[in-house]
Order: sequence, then C-alpha cells, then structure tokens
Amino acid sequence: MDRGDAIGLRATGRGRRRLVVNRIAELAAVLAAGAAIAVLAILVWSVLSRGAGALSWDFFTKGPALFGQTGGGVAPALVGSLLLVAIGAAIAVPAGVLTAIFVSEFAARRVGDQVRLWLDVLNGFPSIVIGIFVFALCVEVRLPLVGWGRHQSAFAGGFALAIIMLPLVARATMEILALVPNHLREGSYALGVSKWQTVLRVVLPTSFGGILTGTTLAIARAAGETAPLLFTCALAGQATDWNPTHSVSSIPMLIFQNSEAPDENLHQQAWALAFVLIAFILVSSLTARFLLERSRRRLGTAR
Amino acid sequence: MEARSLSAPAGLRRTRGAGDRAGDALLYGLTALAAAISLLVVAAIVWRVAAGAWPAIRVFHLGFLWHGEWNPVVDKFGARDLIVGTLVTSFGAVLIAGPVSIAIGLFLSELAPPSIRGLIGTLIEMLAAVPSVVVGLWGIYVLAPFDAQHLQPLLGRVFGWIPIFAHGGDQVESTVFSAIVVVAIMIVPITSSICRELFIGVPAELEEGAIGLGATRWEMVKTVIVPSVRGGIVAAVILGLGRALGEAIAVTQVIGNFIPLKLTIFAPGDTLASRIANQYQGAPSNLAVASLIYLALILLAITFITNFLAQRVVKRFERRSARA
Repeated sequence: MDRGDAIGLRATGRGRRRLVVNRIAELAAVLAAGAAIAVLAILVWSVLSRGAGALSWDFFTKGPALFGQTGGGVAPALVGSLLLVAIGAAIAVPAGVLTAIFVSEFAARRVGDQVRLWLDVLNGFPSIVIGIFVFALCVEVRLPLVGWGRHQSAFAGGFALAIIMLPLVARATMEILALVPNHLREGSYALGVSKWQTVLRVVLPTSFGGILTGTTLAIARAAGETAPLLFTCALAGQATDWNPTHSVSSIPMLIFQNSEAPDENLHQQAWALAFVLIAFILVSSLTARFLLERSRRRLGTAR
Repeated sequence: MEARSLSAPAGLRRTRGAGDRAGDALLYGLTALAAAISLLVVAAIVWRVAAGAWPAIRVFHLGFLWHGEWNPVVDKFGARDLIVGTLVTSFGAVLIAGPVSIAIGLFLSELAPPSIRGLIGTLIEMLAAVPSVVVGLWGIYVLAPFDAQHLQPLLGRVFGWIPIFAHGGDQVESTVFSAIVVVAIMIVPITSSICRELFIGVPAELEEGAIGLGATRWEMVKTVIVPSVRGGIVAAVILGLGRALGEAIAVTQVIGNFIPLKLTIFAPGDTLASRIANQYQGAPSNLAVASLIYLALILLAITFITNFLAQRVVKRFERRSARA
C-alpha cells in the first residue's frame, strides 16, 4: 500500500486503516439499531396482519363459541383483565404512593436508600416467582387474613399483579416528588402550614401528573403479565364473570392457552387478542410518556 | 391581590397546634406503615417460597441441584438440567443482546442525527412494552419456523464442528436456540436504553478532547467513552441477565419443554421458569408441587444474587464518578 505519496490529501497506510475501522464500527452501530427497529416492525406487522382480520363486534361482546362452531368472542377475558388490573391498581397505587411519600418527605436518607434498594430487588424478582408466592400464600393454604383462600380467584391474581405494580408506582412517584421544587415546600412552611397539609395540598397536587403517569405505566405492564396469573387465576369458566372471588379469564392467559391449542380458529383469536393488548399498552404508555414530559416541563418552569 | 398573597389560602389556615401534631403523626405513621409493608412483601416472598419448598427440600436436600431426573410417576425430581438450561439460554441471550445493546446505545448517543434520536429511542423502548406472551406467540408462529428453516441449518453448517452447534439435519422448531433469540429480543430494549443514558452522561469535554487530539469517532468511543462508563455497562448487562433468567412465558412457548438436555442448542430444552410455567394446570402430587416451588426458590436465589451484584457495581460506579 505504501506508494510514497505522503503529501496527498488521501489518508494512506495507518491513517487509512483507522478511517476504515471507524467506518465499520459506525456501520455496525447503525445496523444494530436497524435490526432492533426491524424486529419491532416485523412483530407489529405479524400481529396486525394476522389479528386485525378477526376483530368484529361479536369478538368484543360474545363469549367463546360452542364446541365445533366458528366465531365467538372474548368478552369474558376482557372483563376478567379489567377486574384483575383494577384490583391490582386498587392495592398497588395507594401503597406505592404512600411508600414514596415516606421516602421523599419523611425518611432519613439512609432509611430511604434502603427502601429504594429493596423496591428495586422486588422489581427484579421474576414474575413467575411472584405467582408462586401468591399461590403458596392464598391459593394453597388458608390464612385468616385472606379468607378467599384455597382456590384460584381474581383477588389472588389481582394481588399478584399488585406486587408487580408496587415497585413501579413507588419508584415513579419518588422520582416526581424529588422534582417538586423545595421552595414550594418552604413557602408553605413559611405561611405556617403544617407538614402534613404541605404534603397533601402542595406537594401531591404539584406531582399529580407524574403519579398518574407512573400508575398508567404500571397498569400497562400489569395488563400484559401472564406469569403471575398462571397459578393464581388461570382455570376459568366460559362465561363472563364479574365476581372477584371466582377465577376469571384474562387476555394474556387466553393468548397463552390459545397459542398452544391445536385449533386454527383459536390461533387467530390469540393474534386478535395480541393486537388488542398491544394497542392498549402502546396507546397508554405513549399517552403516559406525553403527560410525563408535560408535567416535567411544568415543574421545570416552576423552579 | 397583595393582601391575599401574604396570607395562606383559606383552606390551609384552620388547623393549628394539637391538630397539626396529630396530622403530622398520622401521615408519618401511615406512610411509614406503607413502606414497611412494601419491604415486608419482599421478606414474605422469600419466606413463603422457602416454606412451600420445604417438603421437597426435606426429601431431596441439596442433591436436588445436581440430579437431572424429573419423573412425576415415581416422584423423583432434580433440577440440574433445568439450571443448566436456564444458564445456557440466559447467557446465550446476553451474548447476543449485550453487544447489540451497546451498539444501539452508541448509535443513539453519538451517531444518530438529533432529529431522529428521540423517535428511534421511543421505538426501541416500545419493544420493551410488548408483553412476553405476545413475543412468545410471535416466537412460535413466525420466529421458530424461520429459525428451523434458515438460521439453524446455516449456523449448523458454519459452526457445526463445535458440539453445542451440532445440527442433526432435521428442522426442529422448538429449540433452545429459538428461546435464546426470543429472550435476546426481550432484553435488548432494557440494556440499550441504560447504555444510551450512560453514554449521554459522558462529559462533552472528554469527547471533544479526544476528537481534538485527532482520534476518529471509533477511537474516541474505545478510549474515552467506554472506559469511563465501564461499570455502568456491566451493570446494564447484568440487569438484562436478571430479566433473562426469570423469563417464563415466552421461553416456555418456544423451548419445547424437554429434558434431559441435549448437548446441542438446536434441540428442545427447558429452564427453571419455563418448567414452572408449564405445570400450571396442576401437578400430580404434593411432592411435585413442592418440587416446583423448590425450582422457584432456586430461581429466586439466582436472580437475587445477580440483581444485588448489579446494584453493587452501580453503587461503586456512582461513588467513583461522584469523586471524579
């Protein structure tokens, strides 16, 4: 390669090699990002092309078809998912928000760090283990505390989902509480307002948008979780059931069961359900993200 | 207007003295209780899972960890092949997802034009929001057939001389390899978004210094960016590993749920989480149930250790960068 034209503007030898290596590295990075986007596109396209065709009014309003017949809907799964996520949110949101208030408004730093650490540990637990825990807690044994015991139920499933949601809600709330400018709190104290009133009437309203975002993201995550429901709320009947002491059908469980069923119709139903689930999750998390940006910006200008 | 701004809003003025002290104490107690309950849940999970596994621990002791047989008919259970399967799928997934995630992080922080950075970052994070059961459904009907027809024969031809890549010639859809790919897809968004944050956090003066000294962009990445956030990258990959170890649903849908394990990854296999998930319709005996919970206990221990390690690395990394 050495031709002796050392004064040319073209890089040669070592310099040229460095530029080529640089090009290759850049190309690799672009390819990696491209591959990730391509996988998302193929995934969404598969779900869209196979699932959208099966959507109809009956799909949303009817129960499953009788044996051997085609058609039928998934109304029991939609109702069940709604019930499960509502129970989960009803437990996780108050617990998570209160925990976050404790950490950012009351606790000493060391205590707060510990709570944060253990919430992260909880967040890292595999969801199947949480399912097994709830199974062992209130499905397998009867505790006086959980009187619905010894069988699967929407309560048990919702409780499992609540454990998944708790660290998400708590961490999101902590982050937004940390963004509330201190001069708002100090202003409130300077007016002679007590701490609890400051928290309830100044801090919480200011961070409401952020808490709502955290809750929405947690709901989006919980709505798609299957593993916690496997042992707590999996064996359901065919009819639409609003009773939380019964085991109810749910969207992710039905996708899971249909995906392994031999019937072609059930596969298509699974794809359609996947479409509904993805649409719900994407719309709600994008909305949440948008809201978060807005409330962040508002807190930013308030500073 | 002036007078109003000097006094507290009407609603805030009423309570004083004893009422305030009671209110403060009440709110403190309530929030402390919630925090305590949150921590109690962690302890309760460990305790209940250990207690549920106890009947199996009493029968099999620690030998459970290195016996491979899983035979409900004669009530003999062992976790060896499931542990190996879990490690193989998780490390395989991290081996694919780690470099890809770092590359994506670099692309988003250094290369991409600012106008499309946000869009592509959001798209990749949307991949993280896709539920595992949907990824698994896609895995069964789209990815696994593609693997069986194209990817596995190709890899078999190129790397077939290494035993774990040995390809028998049959098109097998439910394989450990498919599970590895599915799990890799699921952890890429997590690790890549952490990597991006890390790379963005590297001070611009350092990068500009390297460029000023005549380094190419790749040399800047290699000599400045990566060394300054090495600990963070390790932690991001370990977090991805933790997620991979615990993934149950998507894996159970594509891996084929079969032990004893074969030597090659182009054959069906099983993991701890996947075996538990697969048995949800009921186990034949009490000992079988306890053995499943024993599997959950092992899984809990493994993920606990990995996550704790990641936390420690992050902590040390944060301390060092705070000092710098």
